[in-house]
Amino acid sequence: MPQMNMIQALNSAMDIMLARDPNVVIMGEDVGFFGGVFRVTDGLQRKYGEHRVLDTPIAEGAIVGAAIGMGVNGLRPVTEVQFADYIYPACDQIFSELARLRYRSAGEFWAPVTIRTPCGGGIRGGQTHSQSPEAIFTHVCGIKVVMPSNPYDAKGLLIASIEDDDPVVFFEPKRLYNGPFDGDPNKPAVPWSTHAKGEVPDGYYTVPIGKAEIVRKGAQVTIVTYGTMVYVCEAAARNLGLDAEIIDVRSMVPLDVDTICSSVKKTGRCLIAHEATRFSGFGAELSATIQEECFWNLEAPIQRVGGWDTPYPHAFEWEYFPGPVRVALGLKAVMETP
Amino acid sequence: MPRRSRLHIPQHHSRPGEEPDFSYLETSPAGAVRRPDVNARVRDISHLSVEMVRVLDDEHRPVGPWNPHLDPPELQVGLRHMLLTRIFDERMQRAQRAGKISFYMRSYGEEAVSVAQGMALRPGDMLFPSYRNQGLYMVRGKPLVELMCQLLSNTRDMCKGRQLPVMYHWTAGRIFSISGNLTTQFPQAVGWAMAAAIKGEDDIAVSWIGEGSSAEADFHHAMLFASVYQAPVILNVVNNQWAISTFQGFAGGEQRSFAARGPGYGMAGVRVDGNDFLAVYAVTQWAAERARTGAGPTLIEHVTYRGAAHSTSDDPSRYRPKDDYEKWPLGDPVERLKGHLIALGEWSEERHAALAKELEQHVNESWKESVQYGALNEGPRLNRDLMFEDVFKEVPAHLRKQREQLRAEQGG
Repeated sequence: MPQMNMIQALNSAMDIMLARDPNVVIMGEDVGFFGGVFRVTDGLQRKYGEHRVLDTPIAEGAIVGAAIGMGVNGLRPVTEVQFADYIYPACDQIFSELARLRYRSAGEFWAPVTIRTPCGGGIRGGQTHSQSPEAIFTHVCGIKVVMPSNPYDAKGLLIASIEDDDPVVFFEPKRLYNGPFDGDPNKPAVPWSTHAKGEVPDGYYTVPIGKAEIVRKGAQVTIVTYGTMVYVCEAAARNLGLDAEIIDVRSMVPLDVDTICSSVKKTGRCLIAHEATRFSGFGAELSATIQEECFWNLEAPIQRVGGWDTPYPHAFEWEYFPGPVRVALGLKAVMETP
Repeated sequence: MPRRSRLHIPQHHSRPGEEPDFSYLETSPAGAVRRPDVNARVRDISHLSVEMVRVLDDEHRPVGPWNPHLDPPELQVGLRHMLLTRIFDERMQRAQRAGKISFYMRSYGEEAVSVAQGMALRPGDMLFPSYRNQGLYMVRGKPLVELMCQLLSNTRDMCKGRQLPVMYHWTAGRIFSISGNLTTQFPQAVGWAMAAAIKGEDDIAVSWIGEGSSAEADFHHAMLFASVYQAPVILNVVNNQWAISTFQGFAGGEQRSFAARGPGYGMAGVRVDGNDFLAVYAVTQWAAERARTGAGPTLIEHVTYRGAAHSTSDDPSRYRPKDDYEKWPLGDPVERLKGHLIALGEWSEERHAALAKELEQHVNESWKESVQYGALNEGPRLNRDLMFEDVFKEVPAHLRKQREQLRAEQGG
């Protein structure tokens, strides 16, 4: 099985879809000749031409607006917003148009647009290159929201997103592009080639949108998480010697409530972790849902761990990041039985 | 005296109780504007964005190089569509006042824009209208009953009860869904046109906004992308002088024409007398051929006047003179085309009155049929389950659950 990092896996997904479907086009800032600032679209313009892989002006609202028109005209645009922190100028086109076009036209017009965007911190990006705004998008009816945590899922989910007739906002935790990251910046970087999920088939396959994955079976506590935090939570549970069941949500909309709640009903304890700010974060939705479904099975209050409710500070990146220490404190709290 | 910086607040030319004053309006004599080749370079045609293309002179004669030389039967069809639009608008306004529909927006005074443009385009061209382009539906032949059922949000509402009145769509007629958020359709039209070019098809995209909406970022996004990719698109700014209560000066029209933004972005900009059916037809034909032959996009500014209120929720007597429209220097589009046809010996007051009567009857009969299918607050209603459909292509689990909750709420 070939080894790929997440960049290569995402590139492979787009390569396959450009080859399979003549209506797939890629567009975004620096994605063409240069191949993207993170190299995710490297070589695609050379292979498929300037009409399939388009460099665009620096105007996220225009990229998404034009992509909607292209989608209405039969294309299947895959747009890149260079950083999730830059997505806000596009939000009117995403929220008011892309998300609601099918609804407002009673199913007659729709645009199968995928918006890829790198998110998350841990790369010394400061407050404008580190954000995790996924919860904002989950609050808008009509768009699917996904975030893979490894190369295998990244490729399969991106192909599924491109093929999906609903719009998808596809978050790429950029700290994971080159390897799993357990939250300790002082350790040497671990490449994906050492990880089972770095084994990625060359060809076409999909990972279905709307399915969470149990990445570690366990009995004592359920950890519900996604993105970079999957590995941080694994490390924290391991350090504590806890037999944790770890669930990678992968798809926030639609949400796999069954997988999550079956696990919590079994373990009776739940910790939710994400890198995004905590207040009104996606963890709030998870916590409320789990409470509604699993209240009588819970042995302790659900714990939420996230980034502090401040912008992401450049100089205090690791004090901000919800690393293994913060997760461990949350786990200790949830393990305390009164 | 030392010179100081200053803050300029655009001043309306006349307020309620004052004499209408349109001295600010710069026009060109009919027939005076040079007509360049459709593939002329942008740098060589900047006069089009400053002057005003006009064809009909004060004696109702078509003059100059922009005369599209339409046959009388075509002109009569145009007059019919404009008159139908106007009569439809008047009837729907009354329906709103009678409480039958919640909201309406008339296009009174602007009928030539949609009708002449709609007729100058091909059926395959994709239209991205604003909420004041009902004439496009008349040209493309949408049955009035279908428009009325949308206005009524009734059991035959094309939008399944999800949209405010007037926010129509028509897939088969290639007219895009109206958003209600301003200018969002502009970059979408450009994207549609880019896709047509990518696919090697020669259909073009055409979109409309008001001059007030040109202040939105989406206007600039659309202009930029249209210019960068030379997209086969016509972008129309319908300068009807008013954005609800603020005049066009607040959208940036005081210092320079809206058409001049075309050359500013590197694309053709054309300023046209929007109440001159022939001139609107001619510039649209020019811009469409330009787009279709790979010579690039065009921004057209239609200088016209919003003769009615912004919507049924608006009262213009609070911010402009009551007789403003009567004094508008470019006249009324229906009257001008009618005058032209009469001057040609191809129309008469009697025929006009008979046509108006016929169209009124058609509108009234359509209304009678439409209300049989229900209204917002009376008669048969749409199935409430429709609320949960089309959010996604398939209804997901959480919406199926909410659908059940609503059923339970309402007693099964």
